[in-house]
Amino acid sequence: MMNRIVARNFGSNVYRLRIPWRPFSNDAASNLSSSNAGNPTKEGEGQQYDIAIVGGGMVGLALACSLASRPLTKHLNVAIIDSNPALGRNHFIKKEDLPDPRVSTVTPATISFFKDIGAWQYVERHRHAYFDKMQVWDYTGLGYTKYNARDANKEVLGCVVENKVLLSSLLSCVQDTDLQKKIYPSRLTSMSILPNSSSLEEDSTASETVLFTHGRLAKLELEDGHSVYAKLVVGADGGKSRVRELAGFRTTGWNYSQNAIICTVEHAVENHCAWQRFLPAGPIALLPIGDKFSNIVWTMNPKESSEFKSVTEDDFLKAVNHALDYGYGPHPTSSLLGNGDIFSWFKGDITMSAHDCFEVPPKVAKLASERMVFPLSLRHASDYASKRVVLIGDAAHTVHPLAGQGVNLGFGDASTLSNIISEGIAVGTDIGEVSLLKKYEADRKPANVMMMAVLDGFQKAYSVDFGPLNILRAAAFHGAHYISPLKKSIISYASGEHRLPLFS
Amino acid sequence: MASSKLLSQPRWFRFLPRNLSNVRLFSDLPSQLPVSEPQNSIESKSNNRFSKPSSTPSSLKEPELAKFSAIADTWWDSEGPFKPLHIMNPTRLAFIRSTLCRHFGKDPLCARPFEGLRIIDVGCGGGILSEPLARMGAAVTGIDAVEKNIKIARLHANLDPTTSTIEYCCTTAEKLVDEQRKFDAVVALEVIEHVADPAEFCKSLAALTVHEGATVVSTINRSMRSYATAIVAAEYLLQWNLYGYYPWNKHDIAVASELPKGTHEWSSFLTPEELTMILKRASIDVKEMAGFVYNPLTGRWSLSDDISVNFIAFGTKEN
Repeated sequence: MMNRIVARNFGSNVYRLRIPWRPFSNDAASNLSSSNAGNPTKEGEGQQYDIAIVGGGMVGLALACSLASRPLTKHLNVAIIDSNPALGRNHFIKKEDLPDPRVSTVTPATISFFKDIGAWQYVERHRHAYFDKMQVWDYTGLGYTKYNARDANKEVLGCVVENKVLLSSLLSCVQDTDLQKKIYPSRLTSMSILPNSSSLEEDSTASETVLFTHGRLAKLELEDGHSVYAKLVVGADGGKSRVRELAGFRTTGWNYSQNAIICTVEHAVENHCAWQRFLPAGPIALLPIGDKFSNIVWTMNPKESSEFKSVTEDDFLKAVNHALDYGYGPHPTSSLLGNGDIFSWFKGDITMSAHDCFEVPPKVAKLASERMVFPLSLRHASDYASKRVVLIGDAAHTVHPLAGQGVNLGFGDASTLSNIISEGIAVGTDIGEVSLLKKYEADRKPANVMMMAVLDGFQKAYSVDFGPLNILRAAAFHGAHYISPLKKSIISYASGEHRLPLFS
Repeated sequence: MASSKLLSQPRWFRFLPRNLSNVRLFSDLPSQLPVSEPQNSIESKSNNRFSKPSSTPSSLKEPELAKFSAIADTWWDSEGPFKPLHIMNPTRLAFIRSTLCRHFGKDPLCARPFEGLRIIDVGCGGGILSEPLARMGAAVTGIDAVEKNIKIARLHANLDPTTSTIEYCCTTAEKLVDEQRKFDAVVALEVIEHVADPAEFCKSLAALTVHEGATVVSTINRSMRSYATAIVAAEYLLQWNLYGYYPWNKHDIAVASELPKGTHEWSSFLTPEELTMILKRASIDVKEMAGFVYNPLTGRWSLSDDISVNFIAFGTKEN
């Protein structure tokens, strides 16, 4: 009880807030609410903020950092609502820790976004692995593509970073800024936004309740009994977003009949290349994390995934090596469609990697983490914005992991939203105005939908084992490998630099 | 002469005190609004009910307020009947922001760059321009000759602490000149095309501006393109040219449709050159001008060099 009072007094300074919250930090939220049954918050007295970010994950914190880094938005008062205890605690990641299997591949566009908001310096203090080479092939042995960052005049194709590193970097970054923020370590239970109505009073009364009843503030109720009022609510609470549900956004999507197994593995040698092989049931990806470790993302049907999760380590490693090597089909040779000669009229400058031969990925020697299994789905919200509510990240769109794009789309959302809010404040707009938020939607939705469609297309194209389709895929591999403008476009698109020509 | 022809039509002139036909069209409005004594002692010279200067109508009853409140909601609904106005607003504000920041040497990267400036929004309507200006830090006074608009504006602005400080008056520019009010910036957007005597109006605007202050005027160009646009979008533009600050009910719409459409008004529009000239005669030096262009594909307005339809001018007062 004392801690709660202390915490309220230190409301805006998160650093000091960490200490009082520690005793509560490993509770389930239910313990919190029962112990606060008699808490000193008066009925109806809530805290008022400009923006309430529901979900303090990577994308939610990235939004907070981005707001803190812009001159027009750094004065805003922000509430972050997330029941994750890690947010309240100072998160020390030890260098000797084995890599966590939950990793993300950040694109160069995301890296420059992180640099803009001042968060990349924190990432660099922990384990992270740039990679500049990528090889994609399938089980039919009909073709392969090698990408090199130098094909598109870049230094790197991307960087693989553990999610916990990204999260703690963003948290450290936002704590180091002057942004007025308060973290509410609780879950959202209800949200209400009333339609705009004008005052019936001649004199101005500006209490939160009045502002709320006239639609100028949204009211959020948390599990621990707090009420939070905000001009704008940002739903950054992931694929099963509560904000999306409470705001009534419809979603479309489907579950892929696939699960992904993820784990960390170790090699005898360093791995500097990203490998992806499309197998009959789904792709297996091997991503370098650094220090001879790699991350495996193996997509397969649910039955196989539970089998592979439960077999012994040795059997699992054998299966992985088999899948990356001769399993399911031969190594690709270039002989089927020649050495790219049929494309010679189309080639232009030859990219460096066009001459690279097919390589077998490094053998996996040891399993370095537990194996985790996740179901895969595609989900997209029909709208990203409505009055006083906006969705970013997985709350707005969930994609197939096969191209490692998911969180990068979310970071793109955060960047665009903070830009739009900044533009709105420049001309004195109420930041919860639908017309402003729809500008964000108009910017992000087409790009996100396009990416989802491309990924979904890949997923469908590669899940069918049918002769003529296999040849087409091989041709696609060859095309991507030998036709340099196409390869450059693919690299640029996957790096987040450009949208597809349709939108530029 | 143009102005007498205009006077003989039943028109929606907000700054024309002698036009009593306005009374008929507000059929649901009581003919005499109970208002408190004006705070300042200057009496209104005209008998017209619509030009009583009053800061706040304080003795309205509950049902009256409820009615205005509902009307205010329609006016302010950004997806409602006044959508074109709401869509265009950020673009006008962007121009005002950049010119005023530059002129007064304010930091454009500041969230409240107009802190310390007194700005008057002439023809403020429901306050669509006044509220953002107040959020940008200015001390805003909004005036409109129509009492209903001022009520709407007041009720809407009351709720947000940043806008509740706006001073709304039902009065005219000329009256304020008589009261010798002065402002750092005078903004009159989409007003001058409705005024009987634009030259006199500009003189009033200049008189309200302090020395080396700023004056911003926007209007519609008298060009072939604006004529064509007016005919093509007659129904929509009618609301807009009339500057839609009038809450519409069925009766209003019926009457409005009998009014002459864009054509007659068009002949009284000013070209940029004419506007520059009358402002110059009123000792306002036009420094910058921009046009507004609508992109039907994106549904958005942007500033451009194309001043052939809607344009906005920024000038400074030199003595």
